[in-house]
Amino acid sequence: MYQEILKKYEPTKDNLIYILHDIQDNDPQHYVSESAVQSVSEYLRIPVNHIYGVLTFYTMYSTTPRGKNVIRLCESPPCYLRGSDNILAKLKNTLGIKTGETTSDGLFTLELCACLGLCGNAPVMMINDDFYGDLTDDKIDQIIHNIREAK
Amino acid sequence: MNKMINLMIDGIDVKVSQDTSIIEAASSVGIKIPSLCYHQDLLPSAGCGICVVEIEGQPLPKRACCTPVYEGMKVKTNSIELRSLRKMLLEMILADHYVDCPTCISNNKCDLQDLAYIMGVKTEENAPLQTRKPIDESSVSIIRDPNKCINCGRCVTVCNDIQTVYALTTVHRGFESEINTPFSKGMAESTCINCGQCVVFCPTAALTEKTHTEQVWNELLNPAKHLVIQAAPAVRATLGEEFGMEEGSLSVGKMYAAFRKLGFNAVFDTNFTADLTIMEEGTEFVNRFTSGGTLPLITSCSPGWIKFMETFYPDLADNVSTCKSPQQMFGALVKTYYAENKNVNPKDIVSVSIMPCTAKKFEANRPEMQDSGYKDVDYVLTTREIARMIKEAGIDFAKLEDEKADDLMGIYTGAATIFGATGGVMEAALRSAYYLITKENLPSPEIKAVRGMEGIKEAIVDVKGTKVKIAVAHSLGKARELMDRIRQQIQETGKSDYHFIEVMACPGGCVGGGGQPFQSNLAARARRGEALYKEDSELELRLSHENPAVVEVYEKFLKAPGSEIAHKLLHTNYFKRDIMSGDIIEEATHKH
Ligand code: SF4
Ligand code: SF4
Ligand code: SF4
Ligand code: FES
Repeated sequence: MYQEILKKYEPTKDNLIYILHDIQDNDPQHYVSESAVQSVSEYLRIPVNHIYGVLTFYTMYSTTPRGKNVIRLCESPPCYLRGSDNILAKLKNTLGIKTGETTSDGLFTLELCACLGLCGNAPVMMINDDFYGDLTDDKIDQIIHNIREAK
Repeated sequence: MNKMINLMIDGIDVKVSQDTSIIEAASSVGIKIPSLCYHQDLLPSAGCGICVVEIEGQPLPKRACCTPVYEGMKVKTNSIELRSLRKMLLEMILADHYVDCPTCISNNKCDLQDLAYIMGVKTEENAPLQTRKPIDESSVSIIRDPNKCINCGRCVTVCNDIQTVYALTTVHRGFESEINTPFSKGMAESTCINCGQCVVFCPTAALTEKTHTEQVWNELLNPAKHLVIQAAPAVRATLGEEFGMEEGSLSVGKMYAAFRKLGFNAVFDTNFTADLTIMEEGTEFVNRFTSGGTLPLITSCSPGWIKFMETFYPDLADNVSTCKSPQQMFGALVKTYYAENKNVNPKDIVSVSIMPCTAKKFEANRPEMQDSGYKDVDYVLTTREIARMIKEAGIDFAKLEDEKADDLMGIYTGAATIFGATGGVMEAALRSAYYLITKENLPSPEIKAVRGMEGIKEAIVDVKGTKVKIAVAHSLGKARELMDRIRQQIQETGKSDYHFIEVMACPGGCVGGGGQPFQSNLAARARRGEALYKEDSELELRLSHENPAVVEVYEKFLKAPGSEIAHKLLHTNYFKRDIMSGDIIEEATHKH
């Protein structure tokens, strides 16, 4: 089932991170499963444990199923100085989950990440591929509300 | 010729070849630079920073384990700054370490403990940073305790680069980085083949064998039980080390004496069934060789290799000898032949084996290893475990008077002794195969081409005009190389030009096994191997087919090599395993 994605790439080792991205982006649960790792391992002839090491090294990958919307809040110093810890508390409160967890309806996963390069708009977060800056409690309420409605 | 480099370390002139690291150059003139993650046989991971030195003209200290020497280099290995830097690094490592030395398996054999002692770094001064992580006890052979891991990376290097098993890896990063199996599923659900090389290379107790000494003590102290012990050929060459004897000391007679003092009712060596293996495997080889059977024949006594083959090369399963390993042959005979002859009810027998190997624990627990009607080998203890038991019993090993093995299964030949070193099984097998084919003995029993520490050894042996092409591989990385070559030959031409192959999973063979004294380096393994070759050269019996106890067991019980009862008790079959979990998928060969 991963062949569609794999065949887009030459079977060379330097394609590993692109392939893993592609697989994760196309997975409805935004993660790279064990069977995906096995397929990639066979295709690129890279041992499974090396791929697992890469998956855990970069925070953008997940090896466990995630919600439909993956929230990644920046925890770097510029965002922290502008109150990202309050935003984190607000997110946890609004969603009723801790960092790394997924809401029971499968709609949201909450994660922290390193600098997103938008420090001018700190605090910043991403939800899937979209950026949200200058976050306040009210903005969080609104964003979450909109996504819940949209489903 | 390698270019020579002149440098100065602590005022001493040193001349070494280029590409030498500072730590190696220093050690060549007897200066031991403090180090922790570095191991002489492995590529440096350069993770700990303890080995820092000052180099004249360079602003910052450098790591001696990964910095190559250059012409005119001036190195200082000690200074106020270096000492305080090392202490600080060590304090940080200890702050993240679960320290319980008095009850730790590595107590007195631990690099971290040694270093902390030598450098006078105390642990109470450091607030422990660590939250306790779960211990991985899933495997029947190996325990992984992340709370004692210092992230030196040695196990990862050994498992990936030397063994090519790819069971362990570094996961996550920064302070959270740790060693784990893929998807953190535990050793039992990984490709780990239980070789224990990670255990012998680990500088702390983060990797150890799963110990079974408690169970064996309870059996020993139960008067209703009849305990039979077998010790593998390689154990005699290392057990002494655990009691301060020199590397390469043989302690056969003392070993028997210690086993009797512990309370074992019958004391034997696995060597007896090593000779028997040669009769069965030699016959199997001669049959395949003379009647066009599947070749090359590949040896089967190394259980780490067997699981490796089942996982990565199940297509070659038919090439692997159907012979059980000597340990399992011994177990199957203890509860049948021995029980009958000694008039003991097999259900009262506890069969214990002392092995240089952690994979033997896995092997003894394979469900098919019950051909005697009982579990053929009840408990497997490593060299390290039996040494602990001998110490607990208060036995002064070095002072023991030599004793002899018991009768019936207590005679062995030099061919059996050399099973413990790489090339030994091949040499022993050829000595008897030559006889089986020609009805004459080799002009000299010694086949030097298969001895020594070279990774893959090849030779062509002349059996009265017929050329037999053999190869010997030790370490699974080298076995992989050889299997790939055979696979390719078969793909390209339909057959391989090798006739007979020996594989041992551990570098150096069983003398370097995962159950041997901690941190054995390759040089030490070579010395232990030498000790076995020396015993062989001094024994009167050097050919398995001339072992009178082997002749007797065929006369009284097994009839002939390859007979129906021999097949039932002494041979086995193999499986194909899942490359992610190591779980059995299906049969790869049928039981004969
Ligand atoms: S691993 Fe070493 S330092 Fe740690 S508790 Fe064991 S002996 Fe002590
Ligand atoms: S026992 Fe061998 S195969 Fe298993 S993790 Fe250790 S080195 Fe790797
Ligand atoms: S388990 Fe042992 S060998 Fe492996 S990284 Fe930890 S301390 Fe080093
Ligand atoms: S010994 Fe050199 S960095 Fe660890």
